[in-house]
Formats: sequence, structure tokens, C-alpha cells
Amino acid sequence: MAPTKERAPRVSRNPDLIRGIGKFSKSQMYHKKGIWAIKAKNGGVFPRHDPKPKPETAAEKPPKFYPADDVKKPLRNKHKPKQTKLRASITPGTVLILLAGRFKGKRVVFLKQLPSGLLLVTGPFKINGVPLRRVNQAYVIGTSTKVDISGVNVDNLDDKYFSKEAPKKKSKGEGEFFESDKEEKKALPQQKKDDQKTVDAALIKAIESVPDLKTYLGARFSLKAGVKPHELVF
Amino acid sequence: MNLCCFRRTKTNRDRGSFFIFTPIKMVKGRQGERIRLYVRGTVLGYKRSKVNQYPNTSLVQIEGVNTKEEVAWYAGKKLAYIYKAKVKKDGSHYRCIWGKVTRPHGNSGIVRAKFKSNLPPKSMVIFKDI
Repeated sequence: MAPTKERAPRVSRNPDLIRGIGKFSKSQMYHKKGIWAIKAKNGGVFPRHDPKPKPETAAEKPPKFYPADDVKKPLRNKHKPKQTKLRASITPGTVLILLAGRFKGKRVVFLKQLPSGLLLVTGPFKINGVPLRRVNQAYVIGTSTKVDISGVNVDNLDDKYFSKEAPKKKSKGEGEFFESDKEEKKALPQQKKDDQKTVDAALIKAIESVPDLKTYLGARFSLKAGVKPHELVF
Repeated sequence: MNLCCFRRTKTNRDRGSFFIFTPIKMVKGRQGERIRLYVRGTVLGYKRSKVNQYPNTSLVQIEGVNTKEEVAWYAGKKLAYIYKAKVKKDGSHYRCIWGKVTRPHGNSGIVRAKFKSNLPPKSMVIFKDI
């Protein structure tokens, strides 16, 4: 079927006057398409190909089991959500203010948007204690301060990197109930610590080249008495 | 349309005005600076005419907002009315009714708000005779 795919895209010989109404009538189109010529070539009848013989399928046995009730199956939902649209004020390297969660008020550097739509963010860890973390765009204010992020490589970080490990199924046993308490605290794998260091190393260099940026990132944002958010310019 | 709140603001009872940082299960004994990321407000009453009131909409005075034009920034923002109760629920004595700023009310920066369940009358400012 290769030759058919190489054809130029089909253009209709019947331009639209308005959507749904063509310029030429059915009989005019008959003439334009040259169906009269095709028929003449084929002895007065439009050429027709017999359908290809279908390969024989094995005879289907009637099912042994019929369910007692006719239950409707719900329709399949193949809808895949799109990545959230990133606000214009948030570009890679922007300093963000986190508004909720454990690190609320912290000023943090935005690295990239992950395929799930969440924002990948880092303190950097040495400066304000915020690790590589995912954050929802809605809980963030984008400031106009930008950090040079060109030296940072975040390609290997994905949503899977941050997903929780599936809990192992434990068979019930009295001894294991005591053991489960010990297993709850999982130490951070060394690989994650190394990733943090590599990402932060390049970032911290860029940050230290800008005066006061390091202390700015180390400080937390808070509303004070007399401060009106609607008058603040971020 | 992005339904999530851009930032949260909180309303408090005028009496007591307790400032509450979100009661998330935090690490106990955490000494931190008091970070306030919300704006305080006062509940003035329900939307009303002289003789009738409509409790599904409350009127809220947000601190620092004094004109109708300034309210535009707050439109759609979330509100939380936080109060205390004797019985612990979800591990906390604090309880919350969530709501949203819907529109300005009048010219002077007062705001109409709708809450998930109507605000109780005790949330309102009480004028005491001097």
C-alpha cells in the first residue's frame, strides 16, 4: 500500500460557498470528476471490485455461561488529561514562593514542568532546605526574579522518580507486626541525595554570582501588618 | 478555567481573632517563624435588605481593602472561617468552613462570599454597648 500513501493530499474539486454548501451541483460534479469517462472505459458500468475473500474463522461455539442479569458495562474512558498550561510568569529559573505545605513561604527555584503538569522545584537544598520536589502550580506565586539555569541538567527527573514505592504485601504474622514499625522509616536512597547535589551544584554557582540572592532564597516570605497583597508586585 | 485557589485568605471571628496557621499534621515541636500567607477579614453579617436576610451569602470585610476596584484581585479567592470546638475532629480542636469570594458588595471594599455551608451567626461581629 506504499504508493497510495505517497500521493499529494486530496483537494476537493468542489469549493465551499459556505460550510456545507458546495459551488457545484451533483450533476456538475459528475462531469468534473469524469465519472462518464471512467464508465466509458469500463463498458458503461462503474468499475466494481469484488470483496476479497475473508479468511475462514473457526466456527464460534455458543458460550457455556450466560450471566444471570443483563448488566450494562460502563463505557470506556480513554480521556488522557493534558499537561496544565504553565503561567506566563513561570519560566525555568524563576524564583517561586510556595504557599502551602511543609515549605510554605519558602522561596524556591523552578526547574521544569513535569509531564504530569506539576512543577519540579529545588531550594536549593543547602540554601533553604527544600529538596528536589514536585509542586502544583496553583499553590505557587511566580516572582520576577530569575536565576540562570543553563548549567543545570534535569533531564533524568520525571514523575516516576517521585512516585511512592508500592508497599510489599506482607503475610500476617505476629512477629511481623513489630517489625513493620521499624521498616516505616525509609532512608533516602543515596542516588537521590547525589541527584540533589549535582542539580544544586550548578545552581548554587549561578546564585552566588548574584548579590543578595542567596540570602533572599534563604529567607521566607510572609505577610506583615499593613501589607496588602493586592498592592504587592511580585 | 483554573479552579484552584491562587492564594488562600482567611476570615476570623472578630472576638478572639486567633491567627491560625493551617492545621496540617506537622512535625511536633517545630520552632518556626510565624509565616502568615493569608489575609485576615471580618464577617459582618449576611446579605440582607432592611427586613430580610439571605444567609447563603455572607458579607466579609477584608483587611486593607477599601474600594470596589481593589476587590477585583480577591475575586474567586478562597476563604476559611476557622473556629474552635471542644471535641477533637481529625486530631484537631480547630474546625473550618471553606468558602470563596464571589463579588464586591458596594463601593467600599466589602465582599460577598459563599461558603460551603452557611456561616453560623456567632461568626459575626458583635457590637457591645459602651
